[in-house]
Amino acid sequence: MTQARKTMVAALCATMSVGAFVATAGAAQAKQLTIAMITHAQPGDTFWDIIRKGAAAAAAKDDVKLIYLSAPEGPKEAQLIQNVIDQHVDGIALTLAFPDAEAPTVKAAQAAGIPIVGFNAGVDQWKAMGLLGYAGQDETVAGKAVGEQLNKDGAKNVICLDQQQGAVQLEARCNGIKATFKGKMEVLYATGYDMPTVKARTQAKLQQDPTIDYVVTLGAPFAPVVLDAIGAAGSKAKVGTFDMSPVAVDLIAKGKLQWAIDQQPFVEGYEAVDMIWLNKTNGDTVGGGQPVLTGPFFVNKDNAAAVAKYAKAGTR
Amino acid sequence: MTTAVETARRRQALPQSVWKKVLKRPEAGALGGAVLVFAFFWIIAPPFRQLAAFTTVLYQASTIGIPAVAIALLMIGGEFDLSAGVAVTSISLAASIFATHAVGGLWAGTIFSLFFALALGAVNGWLLIKTKLPSFLVTLGSFLMLQGLNIAITKLITGNVATEDISGMAGFGALKSIFAATFQFGRVQVSIAILYWLALAAIATWILLRTKTGNWIVAVGGQGDSARAVGVPVARVKVGLFMAVGFGCWFLAMHQLYAYNTVQSGAGIGSELLYIAASVVGGCLLTGGYGSAVGSALGAFIFGMTTEGVIYADWDADWFQFFVGAMLLLATVVNTWIRARASKGK
Repeated sequence: MTQARKTMVAALCATMSVGAFVATAGAAQAKQLTIAMITHAQPGDTFWDIIRKGAAAAAAKDDVKLIYLSAPEGPKEAQLIQNVIDQHVDGIALTLAFPDAEAPTVKAAQAAGIPIVGFNAGVDQWKAMGLLGYAGQDETVAGKAVGEQLNKDGAKNVICLDQQQGAVQLEARCNGIKATFKGKMEVLYATGYDMPTVKARTQAKLQQDPTIDYVVTLGAPFAPVVLDAIGAAGSKAKVGTFDMSPVAVDLIAKGKLQWAIDQQPFVEGYEAVDMIWLNKTNGDTVGGGQPVLTGPFFVNKDNAAAVAKYAKAGTR
Repeated sequence: MTTAVETARRRQALPQSVWKKVLKRPEAGALGGAVLVFAFFWIIAPPFRQLAAFTTVLYQASTIGIPAVAIALLMIGGEFDLSAGVAVTSISLAASIFATHAVGGLWAGTIFSLFFALALGAVNGWLLIKTKLPSFLVTLGSFLMLQGLNIAITKLITGNVATEDISGMAGFGALKSIFAATFQFGRVQVSIAILYWLALAAIATWILLRTKTGNWIVAVGGQGDSARAVGVPVARVKVGLFMAVGFGCWFLAMHQLYAYNTVQSGAGIGSELLYIAASVVGGCLLTGGYGSAVGSALGAFIFGMTTEGVIYADWDADWFQFFVGAMLLLATVVNTWIRARASKGK
């Protein structure tokens, strides 16, 4: 071996051992975690975008890699869970919108030792399915709160406008209203974000039954459309909405929309990721076996101004 | 000999009865279906009888009917467009984002979106001609791509998945009165979209029945190769038809933008099937070469009556889609039955 060669080998060994040392040190510190978030969001929905922003904020703060996936149907959501199991993620945050369809893959993930946190949908199912925790609004509780509010507002005949027939968390809202509201309530279904259809169907319903005096929309983007329909039908009905949007906050400030019930989606997304991180890094479970409630919070004319700037930034 | 010729000539000269002429039109069946559905809801749903209800139905019909007129022409020309529903959302997003983030003016955004719409159609047509794939596949591809682009680009530029409210911008008032004005007649509100819908159906009918282009469209859809052999510019006709669909989508997109102020980037999925269904219920053949623009308007009208009628009848909301489907099927069966009778009774 020549001198030059010897030096080179030595140098190489040195670099390698340093490399190895750095690698072990890194592993000891904790390699970057990968957390998957799987939702039943309709693509392009404002509400879900806020959840995603919350999740991204938590991921950035906890130094976690976040994989965000969504599909608005049960079997597809289950497929996505399988997909991230195959990717060997460190934790899964998911919405139990279709608990029966998701149950087998949730079991598979648990068998693979992946901690799972539920959020947004499935407040009645997460515990039975053995999830680590749950962040969200109890939709029935929120619905009941709306029912009380409607009683206070003196409503007699109410329409609950549901944009996604068959989604359990939306049904729970309408059922919650029914539980506490003393007047008559009927559900009207629309087809997602097809706004002319939302308008025409609401208009038709108001013409069919002119005694309707309140409409509750289950998503903020529908509130202005319903206000339009009320104008077109010559009705005097008032409107309140679940969830928020900058437009909705603005309408509340102007007194056209009565209230919005906020489940603080940013907190849902944030908490779901953070709960997994706490579990992976410190063995914590959050909630003490109870759901971590992120709402309901009523936004009305009195507090609309305070909320408006966050709504405008797309985080509330 | 002379007598035979004489009889033949006389038979030719003999005016066909008006009734038979009407029955032989492609839209005759749809007219029958529309009358049936109308009568049905008139009888069972008292709120359906108000004039206000009629305009609600027409409004719902117009939002399907505006693109459906163009889709009918395209289907007569032998092609499909599955991207039309999402394209409506793309076009209104294009107008809104261009106006708010590029130039700061709604007029410019509106004009930009018109070119964008025509370009979308031209690209669909061009891909069809170049790849020689069935239009079902080509436009399925553009349908999915637009769905992704709608959300991705909106999020990239605005940071959110819905566009900003444009109702405060300069020019909004004027543009709203062009695309989304409503006229109040007593307690009845009529949207301008209804007038545009009827006008577009009339123009398309005139093109089909009275112009050379109309003949070309039917020829291209019926017998593409023969049409090419006799000198019809098949490629140009098809690209033109896709651009016409782009134009129809643009009209609806502008109506939605100025009527609802913001655009939700996930909207529009599924509407393409309604446009196609309206055309088929209205007498267009899935195989091309046959159909009418008036028929597509009647198809949209049937659809509007059915979806609203179920609400006026106050049937259980859980059964909503079932009733809509059943009524549409019934209308189409009546439609085909009338058409079959008409073509038999020569």
